[in-house]
Amino acid sequence: MNTSRRSFGLRLLAGALCAACSPAFAAGLIHAGADFPDLSKAGLEGTLPDLKGKVVVVDFWASWCTPCKKAMPMYAELHKDYAGKDVVILAISLDEERKAYDAFLKKNSLPFAVARDPKGKLAEAVGVQEMPTSFVLGKDGKVASVHSGSLGDKAKARLSAEIDGLLKK
Amino acid sequence: MMIPWKRPAALILLAVMGVGCQAVKPWQRGQLADPLMRPDRDPLGLALGEHVFFSREVAHGGRGVGGGGCGCN
Repeated sequence: MNTSRRSFGLRLLAGALCAACSPAFAAGLIHAGADFPDLSKAGLEGTLPDLKGKVVVVDFWASWCTPCKKAMPMYAELHKDYAGKDVVILAISLDEERKAYDAFLKKNSLPFAVARDPKGKLAEAVGVQEMPTSFVLGKDGKVASVHSGSLGDKAKARLSAEIDGLLKK
Repeated sequence: MMIPWKRPAALILLAVMGVGCQAVKPWQRGQLADPLMRPDRDPLGLALGEHVFFSREVAHGGRGVGGGGCGCN
């Protein structure tokens, strides 16, 4: 009797703790094929370019994130390579501090579109798990691919191949 | 003798405490990435600490990944 009561108590305790800790395990990363949230309604700070019918590379970054900063020249090159084509590079900062964000933009003039998601609402909605995380969206606004974490040395080649494939569709 | 309300009360208390479990989101790690969070941010303080450890405990190194005194690096 005592043992079963104790066992019940322990199970109840484990359940209660799991339930209490559930916010810690939020929704996961959205996958290829999923609809990406409407960026115009995401409450982003900054002016968004026209994204309708375009291939969009959405990169989540922060001024304190070293791999994110390392990827910026690569995105600048991509932006240059696809100038005049239906491709938009959109870097969304997750800097919580406006000052750090402004200071970074002042120091590094980024040629592509930049916005800020100060509360991380969009990042939460799409389930960003690592910094940086980038999403390649097709012309239909659906997620074509997700890159979680640093893209490495062949980042440009990989993204270019994906963008080229999406432009042909 | 076990007080009857003690166990449920303990469970409720633990559950309430469990609400404090929150994962730090990737974009909330700016403070952790700050150079001020590095243990070796102050070379002078580090040298002083090392000197104290060496003087009092004949201990040296072991603060970084390499050079932990194993002679393997």
